Amino acid sequence: MNYWPLLGVAAVVAGFALRLNPMLVVVAAGFVSGFAAGLSLPDQLALLGKAFVSTRAPLLIVLTLPVVGLLEHAGLREHAQRWIAGLYYMSLSLLLICYMALRQILGALGLTSIGGPAQTVRPLIAPMSEAAARKTAPDLDDEQRERTRALAAATDNVGLFFGEDIFIAFGAVLLIQTFYSANGIQLEPLAIALWAIPTALAAFIIHALRIVVFQYGLKRGTTGPRA
Amino acid sequence: MIALSYVWWLAALVLAAAAVFDLRARRWGNAAFWALIAIVFAAGDSILAADKAGDRLPTQLVGVAVVVMALLAGSGLMRRAPAADTDAAARDASAQRLGHRLFGPALMIPLVTTVLFLLAPFLVIGDWRLFPAANPTVPALALGCCVAVVFALRVTRARPVQALRESSRLLDQLSWAVVLPMLLAALGGVFESTGVGAAVAGLIGQVIPTDSRLACTVAYGLGMIAFTMIMGNAFAAFPVMTGGIALPLLIRQHGGDPAVIGALGMLTGYCGTLLTPMAANFNIVPAVLLELKDTYGVIRMQAATAVLLATTNIALMYFLAFR
Repeated sequence: MNYWPLLGVAAVVAGFALRLNPMLVVVAAGFVSGFAAGLSLPDQLALLGKAFVSTRAPLLIVLTLPVVGLLEHAGLREHAQRWIAGLYYMSLSLLLICYMALRQILGALGLTSIGGPAQTVRPLIAPMSEAAARKTAPDLDDEQRERTRALAAATDNVGLFFGEDIFIAFGAVLLIQTFYSANGIQLEPLAIALWAIPTALAAFIIHALRIVVFQYGLKRGTTGPRA
Repeated sequence: MIALSYVWWLAALVLAAAAVFDLRARRWGNAAFWALIAIVFAAGDSILAADKAGDRLPTQLVGVAVVVMALLAGSGLMRRAPAADTDAAARDASAQRLGHRLFGPALMIPLVTTVLFLLAPFLVIGDWRLFPAANPTVPALALGCCVAVVFALRVTRARPVQALRESSRLLDQLSWAVVLPMLLAALGGVFESTGVGAAVAGLIGQVIPTDSRLACTVAYGLGMIAFTMIMGNAFAAFPVMTGGIALPLLIRQHGGDPAVIGALGMLTGYCGTLLTPMAANFNIVPAVLLELKDTYGVIRMQAATAVLLATTNIALMYFLAFR
């Protein structure tokens, strides 16, 4: 077996560790493993080009930008912050735990596009989290503000990842089923999706605890709450 | 029918608008970058068709365009627009005036998308259907965004060109990070074709003691995490790791339950997704969108959850698969 293409992986790891520009790292890694596999330059360009055109879906985030931009220009983030600040019972942990639960439940029903960093986190959840965090720590410093926003994005990811796998028509479940049937093992999608439930519960409990710990850290006023 | 190609054209329009605004502002690097990606989007389907017909020149040109985009991003010729906080007072006044009405269009995107997705099988008249049967999500999202834009324009009383100006502002803020997920997915394809996956599975297979159930389970879990971190995607890691470790060792040799191993293996891979900058659309794009100073800030907040959950998952796999 030819192990030289693994140099591409080494290039990725080294590039990210050195914090070089990720775009350059990725393209360079592609060429490293391409040359190591003995492909010619025209072959590599065609391979890279075809792979790039075939994976356009992640960029559809741009379709949401006109709406998000317009509403931000009209003060959506300011309004979201003022609204949350006015709800006396709303705390950071209540807000984020509810959002995570909602994201997991909707994800399990197959409704994954309901949230996301551009759709909900930047315009709504991040400014709301900041406003809620200010209730615990009125003089929220820059570092705490950064970490609060990062936690909002992290919560969105955790809710999405560990909810969608329960949905039987989700790509991951179908991928697992297809892989097994190609190898002579026949399974129902439901039988696979059911086994995602224990992990979904564990993810909810673990991350909810971390959110509570984070809020406790804000309250104690330590500059860097280690959640 | 709202075909997928219309959606690509719509995205190309948003990207081309950014190129035009940057051209006017004399930000040449940004303008070139958005123009290139807009062309790739608009011409994508014909490029793939030409490739299928055996003409490789268009795909090779895309390869060259990708290299140029990477050089633009890496050379610092692309300037990230400052988070313009010039009219904070105006935004505050507008927020006071519009209040909860601002939430309407924001919630419209997920709501309309979801409703259209659920209704897709019924939006059929004879042979005509509103969405392609195979993949209704993407056209539903596009239509949801269009509806939301119309409502947002009504609520804010802005002119339509303002919508494209705002999206261009956000694109210049996101800069190359918005294209990184596509590029990483492409790298996954390149790795696959050059045999990186097979080499990794081969290496791991040589190292682990195969007659220990626990060692095999742990090796599969850690392998899923490591390979997902390298590829940025659990989907790419699953066939390689499951074919290399889980299928021959855990299922065939030790008689584990394939449904449990598949589901928990995939979810263990997801823990790796939480840990890697290679999963740019989940970890890097949000950091840029939220204007974090630390590009890895989101990953840092996810790390503890990911490690604890991965440990839980591997334990669950061990106890549930060999009931």
